[in-house]
Amino acid sequence: MIKEYIIEKGLFSINTILIILSSLMVIFLLNESIPIIQNYGIGDFIFGLTWSPDNNIFGILPMIAGSVIITGLSLVLSIPLAISCAIFLEEIAPSNIKKLFKPIIQTLAGIPSVIYGFFGLTVIVPLIRNNFTGSGFSVITASIILAVMILPTIISVSQDAIKSVPENYKEASFGLGSTHWQVIRNIILPTALPGIVTAIILGIGRAIGETLAVLMLVGNVNIIPTSIFEPARTLTSNIALEMGYATGIHYNALFTTATVLFAMIIILMSICWMIQKRGVGNAC
Amino acid sequence: MHVKSIQKITSFWFKLSGAITLAILMIIVSYILIKGIGAINLEFLLTKPVDSGREGGILPMILSSLYLLAVTSFIAIPLGVGSALYMAEYNENHKLEVVIRFISQVLASVPSIVFGLFGLAFLIFFLKTGWSLLSGGVILSLMSMPTIYQVSEVALKSVPEHYKEGCYGMGATKWQCITSIILPTAASGIFTGIILALTRAFSEAAAVMYLVGSSLEMPTSLLDTGRPLPLHLYVLANEGISMENAYGTAFVLIAIVLTITILSNHIISKYEIKLGV
Repeated sequence: MIKEYIIEKGLFSINTILIILSSLMVIFLLNESIPIIQNYGIGDFIFGLTWSPDNNIFGILPMIAGSVIITGLSLVLSIPLAISCAIFLEEIAPSNIKKLFKPIIQTLAGIPSVIYGFFGLTVIVPLIRNNFTGSGFSVITASIILAVMILPTIISVSQDAIKSVPENYKEASFGLGSTHWQVIRNIILPTALPGIVTAIILGIGRAIGETLAVLMLVGNVNIIPTSIFEPARTLTSNIALEMGYATGIHYNALFTTATVLFAMIIILMSICWMIQKRGVGNAC
Repeated sequence: MHVKSIQKITSFWFKLSGAITLAILMIIVSYILIKGIGAINLEFLLTKPVDSGREGGILPMILSSLYLLAVTSFIAIPLGVGSALYMAEYNENHKLEVVIRFISQVLASVPSIVFGLFGLAFLIFFLKTGWSLLSGGVILSLMSMPTIYQVSEVALKSVPEHYKEGCYGMGATKWQCITSIILPTAASGIFTGIILALTRAFSEAAAVMYLVGSSLEMPTSLLDTGRPLPLHLYVLANEGISMENAYGTAFVLIAIVLTITILSNHIISKYEIKLGV
C-alpha cells in the first residue's frame, strides 16, 4: 500500500512540475518586460510606429500589422482548401484513400518549418520575383508557405469535427431527398462549425507563432506593408533577428514582444475554450 | 437539374482539394529529395563542416540533433505520460484537471521563439547552465511535454471501463492494473503522441537557436555546444553560405522525418492488429 501511495504522489508531483515551469515562464517573461512597461508604457510600446533600437525607440505596431496581415492572408489561402479536403476525407473518400491520407497529413505536419522556409526561398521567392513585382521577399511569399504549414492542422481538427456529426442527422436529411452537397451544406457544416472554428484558431496560433520560415521569406523590412508584394516584419521574426546581439533595454524590448505574443496566444486559447465547452479529446 | 449540377461541381471540387493537398506534399518532398540527393555521400554524412559549412559535411549537426532528441525523450516522455496517467487514473480534482489542460493547450500553441527566450533568461542567464545541448534539450522537453500529455490523456481515457473493472475485480492494485492492462491498451495512442512530439522537437530550430551555442564542432557530451540539423539548414540557406550543402542538409532532415513517420505508423498498425483493436 505504501508503494501505491508513493506512486500516486510521484505522479501528482509531475503535474506540479508542469504548473511550476509554466508559471516560471510567465514570471520570467513579465520580469524582463518590466523596464519597458515602466519607461515606455505598454500602450506606446504596442502602438508605437517606430522600432529603432539604436535610438532606444521601441514601437511594435508595424510588426503586429505584419503578423496580422500575413496570418490573415495565409488563412484566406488555406481555409477553403483545408475544409474541402477534410470534407473529402470524411464524406467522399473511400476508406482506403482515407487511410492513405493519414500519413500524408502527418508528414505535412511533421516537415520541419525550416524546410518549408527553404522551399519558399528557393521556389516561391523566384516565382514571385519573376512573375510579379518586387524582390520576391514579400507578404504573399510568406503567406503562401504559411498557408501550406497550417493546412494539416486545419484539416485534421476539422476532420474530427466532421466525423463527430451524428449519423442520424445526415440520414434524416438524405431521407428527405437531399443531395450529398445539400447534406454537407445544411447539416454537416453547421453542426461541425464549433470544431471547424477551433481548427481555424489553432491555425491562427501556428501562423502567428511561426518564426524561421517567415523570417526567411518576408524580407524583414520594418514597415507596415501597403501591398502584398512588399516586405514586412513579424513579431516572431523580429525577436529571432535581433536577439543575437540585443543588450540592455533592447533585450527587454524583445522580451516584451514575446510577452505580447504570449498574451495573444492566451486570448486565442480562451476564445477556443469559450467556443468548445467540451470533454476530453478535442485539443484547443 | 440545377441541384444535380451543383452536386456534381462540389463533388468534383472536394476530390480536387484532396488531390491538391497530396500534390503539395509530393512537390515539396520530391523537390527537396531530388535537389538534395546530389550532395549526399559518405563524406557529407561523416565529416565536420569546413569553412562555416561551405565545404565538408554535417556529422556534428546529426549528432547534435540526436543529443537533443535523447534529452527530450529522457525528460518529456516520463513527465508527459506520467502527468497524463495521474490525470486519467488518479485525479479526482476537477479544477486541477482544467488548469493542467489549459496550461498544456496554451504551451502547445506558444511560439517556439518564446520558449527560446524563456530558456535564455531562465537557464542561461539565471541558472547559468551555459550554452549547451542540455539547455536546448530542456527547453525542447518543455515544448514537447504538452503534446505527449494531451495525446496520452486521450488514449488513457479511452481504455474501456470494463477492462479496469475486470482487473480490480481480480484483486489487483491500481498500479498493477496500470502496468498490466491500462498502459498496454493505451500504448499505441501514447506512442503516437510521443512520435508526434519528438518529430516536432527534432524539427525545431527557433527554440534552440539562442541556447545551443550554434557551434560547428563535434559535440562529445551534452554539456558541449552544438548545432542541430534544422538550425544548420537555416544558417546555410538564410546567410547564403552554400546552397548545395543546404539542399543536402534538407535532404537528410526530410529523409529522417519521413522514416520516423512511416516506421512509427507501421509499428502502431502492427501493434493494433496484435492487440485486436
